[in-house]
Amino acid sequence: MNDRTIVFTALLVLVVPFAFAGGAQEDAPAEGVVELDFWSWRIEDTDQYEELIARFEAANPGIRVRFDPIQQTEYNTVLSAALQGGTGPDIIHLRAYGGLEQFAQPGYLMPLDGVIEELDAIPEGVLRGATSINDGRVYGVPFASQTLLVYYNSAMYARLGLEEPETWDEFIANLEAMDGAGITPLANGAADGWTLEVLSGVMGPNFYGANGFFNAIMAGETGFTDAKYVASLERLLQLTRFMPDGFMGVSYVDMQAAFINEIAGHFVGGSWEAAYFQSQNPALDFGIFQGPVENAGETRYVSSFVDGSFGASADTEHPEEARAFLTFLMSRETGQFFADELKLISDVPGVNADDPFLQEVIAFNENSTPYMTLVGFRYQQPTGSTLLQAALQEMFAGRIDAAEAAGQVQRGVATWFEPFQD
Amino acid sequence: MKRNAIGRNLRIAFFVLPGLSIVVVFIVLPLFMSLFNSLYEWRSTTRGAYVGMENFRRIFAQFPYQERFFNALGNNVRWFLVTMLVQNVLGLSFGYFLSNGIPGSKVFQRVFFIPVLFSIVAVGFLWRLYLNPNQGLINVLLRAVGLDGLAKPWLGEAEIATFVIIAVNIWRWLGFPILVFYAAINNVPNECIEAAHLDGARESTVFFRVILPLIVPAMTIITVLTMIGSLNVFEQVYTMAGLTGNPFYATDTLGTLFYRTAFGGVDTGIPEIGVGSAIGVVIYLLTLLCSLGSILGFRTRETEL
Repeated sequence: MNDRTIVFTALLVLVVPFAFAGGAQEDAPAEGVVELDFWSWRIEDTDQYEELIARFEAANPGIRVRFDPIQQTEYNTVLSAALQGGTGPDIIHLRAYGGLEQFAQPGYLMPLDGVIEELDAIPEGVLRGATSINDGRVYGVPFASQTLLVYYNSAMYARLGLEEPETWDEFIANLEAMDGAGITPLANGAADGWTLEVLSGVMGPNFYGANGFFNAIMAGETGFTDAKYVASLERLLQLTRFMPDGFMGVSYVDMQAAFINEIAGHFVGGSWEAAYFQSQNPALDFGIFQGPVENAGETRYVSSFVDGSFGASADTEHPEEARAFLTFLMSRETGQFFADELKLISDVPGVNADDPFLQEVIAFNENSTPYMTLVGFRYQQPTGSTLLQAALQEMFAGRIDAAEAAGQVQRGVATWFEPFQD
Repeated sequence: MKRNAIGRNLRIAFFVLPGLSIVVVFIVLPLFMSLFNSLYEWRSTTRGAYVGMENFRRIFAQFPYQERFFNALGNNVRWFLVTMLVQNVLGLSFGYFLSNGIPGSKVFQRVFFIPVLFSIVAVGFLWRLYLNPNQGLINVLLRAVGLDGLAKPWLGEAEIATFVIIAVNIWRWLGFPILVFYAAINNVPNECIEAAHLDGARESTVFFRVILPLIVPAMTIITVLTMIGSLNVFEQVYTMAGLTGNPFYATDTLGTLFYRTAFGGVDTGIPEIGVGSAIGVVIYLLTLLCSLGSILGFRTRETEL
């Protein structure tokens, strides 16, 4: 290091903190203006959230909201550390179900039922995602929900003269037609366990008995070892011959690539994929259908789940302003904004989707059932999801049968899920 | 005199304190924190009641913790055995040949060492691409030369996935044992080797009876490092098989198990700091015992000239 570098470095060390100090000063709100910190994991949607906040600030001149997104994989860790240390945000983008519980149970969140009247108009299934199973109180206002379904390549369907299948047999026939035409019928692989959980979420409900079964299992009247549930897992094995070669090594990213590049004809996944498919290959023409049923004419259920909610910190210094912002976030206007700008299925009643894809997904949701392992069994370790993912991988590898896979889930969940313990 | 001694102590403290405080704050303290945390019940990130050895009991006796723990430990043992057998034997033989000055040894020395300099994460992700079942380099090459039968989902088959990851790590790390053994063999005094040759010893006798006993210190270092490395495997598995040690925990190690348990998986996990800390404590104890054991074991075999 020569003298000049040393002097330069020393100067830099002296100057840099002041540069940031200056920036912080400029940001400080004016007298009498309340500032709310708003944390979220949606870095990708920063522009849209800024616009939404600008609308809120225009209507509420006394309140400023600062949107502060954090990397999705680090969000939980950063948030829980901050809440524990008392430096958390005022407004919190919350995950749903078990993901909510880890913040609700230690008392970090402000209960909202009885505080925000508009919550009364929200359907129970939606509120479930923001309700603590511990005390039954609601801690978040609705954000958006996701639906599990099957994507298909419309151009391939047209070329092969296929139609959207209704029954399982029709679905298999379509897969076979693609196989015969030299197309990989199904993009799905098994390298990432959670994609198998999704697969079971799409195909399972119509065979294990959707809501009736869900209510029974949550009450402990039946379990994962129920013959209907085991049969629904076993059925998945009929799909392996339509999956890519070496499907045990095919990861989520490989699956997406195969469908986007029109190598594979079907993709079993969630409604969150559509925007990505579209952006990666605008020429890709795809359609969607619900999981097939045994006999034509039966009700077709889709698994859906609440993808999160917005809540407030129990320690916020500005509870009034926080409530005002949360009420704004669950307004029709915001719901419409999420649908139009972020292509999300808003959980706010009365939102109209212009997008034909969203319209179709909303129509599917007229017969929806909770995405069982996520909605019901992600509250404690080992979660139903963790167990099912590994068990399905083992089943797809041919190591164990469906009964043993279901048995593993049952055994693991029974270590903490009280209805299974007698 | 006395003042001199104080001055000397102050000087020593001046040099020792910065390093010592870093070690205390970032190594010793967390070690005891995790021991402390492992004795409590945790609800997400808040500490609950004192539960004694309950978290340890879970690891060793409750489904699925027990199965996951011993499965992961088994994989760490595999890592150690395969690395010792393949990497270190290769390292020793390459080091020996290089020090014998085979043609081009200077070039090989450098070539073998290049992968050691690569980032472990970059190596993991790149090899993951190479090993992709359909578009990956390895299977494409195998199919191109007509060996379709050998093309496999390398990281998707439970029986081979761990060994594939170990092989990639050997590819990356082989240069290091080569370097250490090369230096150690070069340090063996030429007189000893010449004397052995004059006595009519064959090349293999020289290697096993003269060189090997004199490079025991290098073998100790490599064995201890391999042991510690094998017990702490994390990045390789994380980048190539994910946090859950896909498929179905076939590649899981104590490192990934610890991380997943303590901090929660990305999409399905709920952090269990108590059990996670207990796993951390067990890893620490295992590392300590194994390193001590091998250091003491090798010490008795060292030969003084």
